[in-house]
Amino acid sequence: MKDSDVRQGTLALMVLKTLDVLGPLHGYGIARRIEQISGDLLTVNQGTLYPVLLKLVQEGSISAEWGASENNRKARFYRLTRQGRKQLQSETRSWEQTAAIIDRFFAVKVEDLK
Amino acid sequence: MKAVRRLFRRLMWWTTSARDEDILRAEIDEHIAMQTAENLRAGLSPREARRQALLKFGSVEAIKETYRDERRLPFLETFTRDTRHAVRRLRKTPAFTAAVLLTLALSVGASTAIFGVIDSILISPLPYPRADDIVGISHTASGLPGLPGSLGCSPSMYFTYREENTTFQQFGVWGSGGARVTGIAEPELSRALYVTYGVLDAVGVKPLLGRWFAHEDDTPGSAETVMLTYGYWQRRFAGDTSIVGRTLTIDSTPHTVIGVMPNEFRFQRDPDLILPQRFERNALALGPFGYQCLARLKPGVTIAHANTDAARMLGIWWKAWPMPPGMDSTPFQSVRLAPKIQPLKREIVGDIGTTLWVVMGGLGLVLLIACANVANLLLVRAEARQQELAIRAALGAGWRRIAREMLVESMTLGVLGGAVGLGLAYAALRILVANGPATLPRLQEIGVRPFAAAFALGVSLLSGLLFGVIPILKYAGPRVATALAGRTFSSGRERHRTRNTLVVVQVALALVLLVSSGLMIRTFQQLRSVQPGFTHPEELQILHSMIPDAMAKEPDRVMRMQNEIVDKLAAIPGVLSVGFANVAPMESFLGGGGNPIYAEDKRFAEGQFPPVRQTRKIAPGFFKTMGTRVIAGREFTWTDLYEKRRVAIVSENLAREWWGVPRAALGKRIREAGPADPWREIVGVVEDVYDNGVNVKAPEFAYWPALMDRYIWGSDNGFAVGNGMFAIRSSRTGTESLLKEARQAIWSVNGRQPVFLVTTLKTLYDQSMARTSFTLVMLAIAGGMALILGIVGIYGVISYVVAGRTREIGIRTALGAQPAGLSREFVRHGLVLAGTGAAIGLAAAAGLTRLMSSLLFGVSALDPLTYAAVSALLILAAALASYLPARRAMSVDLVHALQAE
Repeated sequence: MKDSDVRQGTLALMVLKTLDVLGPLHGYGIARRIEQISGDLLTVNQGTLYPVLLKLVQEGSISAEWGASENNRKARFYRLTRQGRKQLQSETRSWEQTAAIIDRFFAVKVEDLK
Repeated sequence: MKAVRRLFRRLMWWTTSARDEDILRAEIDEHIAMQTAENLRAGLSPREARRQALLKFGSVEAIKETYRDERRLPFLETFTRDTRHAVRRLRKTPAFTAAVLLTLALSVGASTAIFGVIDSILISPLPYPRADDIVGISHTASGLPGLPGSLGCSPSMYFTYREENTTFQQFGVWGSGGARVTGIAEPELSRALYVTYGVLDAVGVKPLLGRWFAHEDDTPGSAETVMLTYGYWQRRFAGDTSIVGRTLTIDSTPHTVIGVMPNEFRFQRDPDLILPQRFERNALALGPFGYQCLARLKPGVTIAHANTDAARMLGIWWKAWPMPPGMDSTPFQSVRLAPKIQPLKREIVGDIGTTLWVVMGGLGLVLLIACANVANLLLVRAEARQQELAIRAALGAGWRRIAREMLVESMTLGVLGGAVGLGLAYAALRILVANGPATLPRLQEIGVRPFAAAFALGVSLLSGLLFGVIPILKYAGPRVATALAGRTFSSGRERHRTRNTLVVVQVALALVLLVSSGLMIRTFQQLRSVQPGFTHPEELQILHSMIPDAMAKEPDRVMRMQNEIVDKLAAIPGVLSVGFANVAPMESFLGGGGNPIYAEDKRFAEGQFPPVRQTRKIAPGFFKTMGTRVIAGREFTWTDLYEKRRVAIVSENLAREWWGVPRAALGKRIREAGPADPWREIVGVVEDVYDNGVNVKAPEFAYWPALMDRYIWGSDNGFAVGNGMFAIRSSRTGTESLLKEARQAIWSVNGRQPVFLVTTLKTLYDQSMARTSFTLVMLAIAGGMALILGIVGIYGVISYVVAGRTREIGIRTALGAQPAGLSREFVRHGLVLAGTGAAIGLAAAAGLTRLMSSLLFGVSALDPLTYAAVSALLILAAALASYLPARRAMSVDLVHALQAE
């Protein structure tokens, strides 16, 4: 698995979670939110978010439509679809499982294996 | 699932790419604007705020690139690009492209057309709902020698089968014939389908208007009804929907129209009208067997099961009905009647399959030859591009990419050629349906159906693949770059191996086709050399008309009227003689089938029928008009007829079979079917007439007078031919003016009764050979195409070899080689190729032509003459095709040749 795949995967999960928590949001808002929470992870390239958004739209997890932003600018708002919500649940679960397994692996000491 | 959805969205978006780019652009602008605004709020200078926002966003172009990757379909894009390139390259070489497209279009078109015919006739089900359950019922009679084909059903069987069966869902019997419709336009004889109730229910096609026949419609004595078919309704009544309930005068009786069948309704012999078939139950006997029956099997019933059921019912039928009047009952048992139930489709299609598959095979071979030819052309093309390809490979193009481009090019050729071919096939089948022989079963259903279109597409793709792969293997394989190393203009032997192989294959296939068309030509010759029992059929005008019962009932009066018509016809200027009979020779499709004939001095085994013979009722002058030789004795005279002399004429083969020599038959007495028929004395013996077609043994004939005082199938006061055929021998045959005068002559006696089945004896004669001529023409076309393609192949190879060895020729000429010797060398090369191909072809032909042996007549599938002639023709053509380019080798300009490098 290439590094970018992992990143794109986690980024997608973050997008879904952000939309789940904050409701419909434009690209900039999503980027800001992820930035706030993840610290420096996204500071370099906010633009990488857009291919991820497109992929999610193609998969039907989110939908997009034009709307007005808080300061009355035209912006494309993304919204979690029902299928996206399902995907978020299942991916959250599998992420938690993976995380738990990885955690355990790192917690294992040499003497435990003997 | 997710992947599928993405692919689908990408496909959708692929078509709207420009708009989506704009959306992304706008979205990115908004994003940067928002970030800039925020940076401004944080106190940065406007310039710095924007710079920071851009930096934070990252490379816009890179993002766009990733974005495009996300939404693209690389495979489809490469494919369209390659195709576009291929088309552009092909347009640069119009002559090459045209040659390839023409070759492919003709060969794909021809095979698609025949496949369309096969698909429509043999493969696709009959156009009825759940057509597989519909069966035709006929009977075999192994105890009745000389019976052509099988027996149909008798009216009495209709009742027994309908009432006693346990396996039929619906059942009915039908027959076809002519019906006189009067009161609208010209008197005409419409094609009528007579059905008992159950037939339309069994085929299951619902009427467009009105209703089907019900039980009452075929009950004698109830109101007369009729249904129209769509075509007739459109033609005669312009699709008037108020037709239901109106009356039509058919055979002088008013009939109420109860319904119209839909356009999709098809039935054998393409009827105009559908009339109820009525049987007077109390008057029925076991025979006659002139009707056809069909049934829809109950769900789950097999053919074998139905046959068992029918055999059981035959037992019941046998006991339930009386003998036909005047027939012995003992021989009837020896007939050994057995049911033969088969799918209706097989009954209709008959044995046309062999012919079609043989033709299909021939055209398939042509397609293969065409592919070999195109492959050869592509080889030349690839070779010309070899340097270019090698340079591209050296510059880093992978061989896969180069191969893909070449393959796309040949597939494009294949598909384009196939598309044109499909168009040709479509047009060809339209013409076939419009002009096709009525003897072709399911003619009206023939067309390019989806299956045939898919066949064309598949064949084109496969051909593209076939002729595309050969040059790729040769020139665009993994070693493509090495071509740069061996840069030379004089080509070695090895480089021609592929081309040589292709030519050998072409010649071999062409030989197979030429042999099979040669065999068909020989068959046709053999058929033409058979003396059919009549002379100059092109001079014989045939027409039918009738004296209806309503006009004259007494046999004598009927005959006098027919006699008057004959005299009037004979008085028409340019008419040599006129004959009259119930049907013309080779019109046995109108009915007949024959009956057992007894001879007074021949004993037949107890309880055995004598063999079945054909019979015909004729008036004086019939044989003279037909050109049938009288071998012994004489023709009938009008006195014979009017004095009701009990006389007969027999065919030569019947006379020889019973009495050894024709003369010995004179004075012997014969009769038809049974004791109810009087003995008639043979007064003449005539030459055999090939009534069932010249490829079938001439049937034995008994000729009766057209007027008789007693006849087994006549009424109490005798028999006369009321519905008959006039044969006019004239040099004006086939002209509209003769027909007009003939019609006037007939109408002046019988008062505008329809004149029908107007034809010439030549047409009937040609029809009897229609299948042979069809196969002949198709195979001859295929053979001709194969020969031309094969010759072009040899010519191409030799030309190419000559061109490739120009330098060598120049050097050799400079060193003193004789031009004649050089050109001989090239001709020898051509002949070796042709000879090898011919040898392989002969072996293949010996194996393959056996498949068509049932289509041959008077010639063996291994006819040495055909094989030798075809091989000689091919070798000769090959020698010529090699000589022409070889001659150029002689005229090579020395200086020019040596300068070429």
